[in-house]
Amino acid sequence: MTDVAAPDTAQGPVVEMQHVDKYFGDLHVLCDIDLTIKRGEVVVVIGPSGSGKSTLCRTINRLEPIDSGEIRLQGTPLAAEGRDLARLRADVGMVFQAFNLFAHKTVLENVTLGPVKVRGTKAVDADAQARRLLTRVGVADQADKYPAQLSGGQQQRVAIARALAMEPTVMLFDEPTSALDPEMIKEVLDVMVDLAKQGMTMVVVTHEMGFARTAAHRVVFMADGRIVEENTPHEFFSNPRSGRAKDFLAKILSH
Amino acid sequence: MGFLLDNLDVIVEGFAVTLQLLATAGIIAAVAGTLLACVRVSPVPPLRGVGTAYVNVFRNTPLLLVLLIMAFGLPEVGVSLQIDVGPLQYSNFETYASLGLGLYTAAFVCEALRSGINSVSSGQAEAARAVGMSFGQTLRLVVLPQAARSVVAPMASIYIALAKNTSVALGAGVAEATYEMRKLLNDNATERLVIFIGFALGYIAIVAVISLVANVLERRLVVLR
Repeated sequence: MTDVAAPDTAQGPVVEMQHVDKYFGDLHVLCDIDLTIKRGEVVVVIGPSGSGKSTLCRTINRLEPIDSGEIRLQGTPLAAEGRDLARLRADVGMVFQAFNLFAHKTVLENVTLGPVKVRGTKAVDADAQARRLLTRVGVADQADKYPAQLSGGQQQRVAIARALAMEPTVMLFDEPTSALDPEMIKEVLDVMVDLAKQGMTMVVVTHEMGFARTAAHRVVFMADGRIVEENTPHEFFSNPRSGRAKDFLAKILSH
Repeated sequence: MGFLLDNLDVIVEGFAVTLQLLATAGIIAAVAGTLLACVRVSPVPPLRGVGTAYVNVFRNTPLLLVLLIMAFGLPEVGVSLQIDVGPLQYSNFETYASLGLGLYTAAFVCEALRSGINSVSSGQAEAARAVGMSFGQTLRLVVLPQAARSVVAPMASIYIALAKNTSVALGAGVAEATYEMRKLLNDNATERLVIFIGFALGYIAIVAVISLVANVLERRLVVLR
């Protein structure tokens, strides 16, 4: 691989999932998931649709509650819905497939809302930080527009800036490029690769194998709600061990 | 026409009470209705149950019955609600009627707001929660402002209904416009048509103002999606 720095193993893990199970009705969407994510590690989760990878991502900040098992963020178990959970969530950045920018707020307000209302940051400081972040993701000149006036790629980069404004310890990406036109995918991936290079801890659910190859420390392959295989990107793509992974890779790499 | 002008003082007095009922009940309905809507979408099941029960009780009871219970039932168990604070002069009956109208209308306000909340995509609330906002902040800062736009039209209908429903307060002995109209009719049987039309115009004027406000709000609350 990669020009991404090695994860920091001196400190404790950022995310720990132990024996996590979740059902949607009769459907067992997550089966006995064990996953530990180290500080500074970039983990890409791939798998066929319906394999539970998005659900796994969403359980980490409890947008999806789990039925059994335990999830810890920096050693603290996820609390039930309430103030404690909100505090934990503030440290976890999330980027959605559908962007989910606040439609009634300008781009700048989208980025400042969290710091001002959740962290109690002063408006001027939040403003300055937001403009820095918008410059970093390349949409500074759109600061006063509303989300609907931006392209998908621009909206997703604003969403990344909004998450970064909370200075998160880990960033979750739930299929961040799946709703984008091909020419906009690259501009979003570039921002994500940059983040990875700067040592951000990241969990990325994606179909972008190129991103997995260049930026990931580890690939987690899921099928039918289970983690079937975990490996470095190089090993995973050149020597998949499981039949499911071989099958999956044959399908997506055959064109 | 001359007849109406001759009795202008009585008519104005009646509509003043009508407007007072509308304003007081309107504020009660807005506050209680918003609280109820928040309760009905809250993540706490017992709270949701209380909200649902309230809406069912008040929406399923005829307004006249609500007002009669307020005006003649409550005093029987010793509840007195006379208000006499500076410019706020409410007889017992006026307070009961305002409260009854407000609590009754709150059920409808709640349901209109709730449908507005449901019209905001769930991703908006998820994004707010993911940033670390509490349930209250999510509603107040993200969901309700976006729900407001789609709620203006049904809310206008509710407040128009409230404006006209104030006439039911005559059953609770409040001297509002319809009460004054009935008095005039009793005393001047030959002027019936003029009296009816005159009071109808009064209500139409009040409703026209509400519609106007709704139109302005609808244009100002546009949210691009």
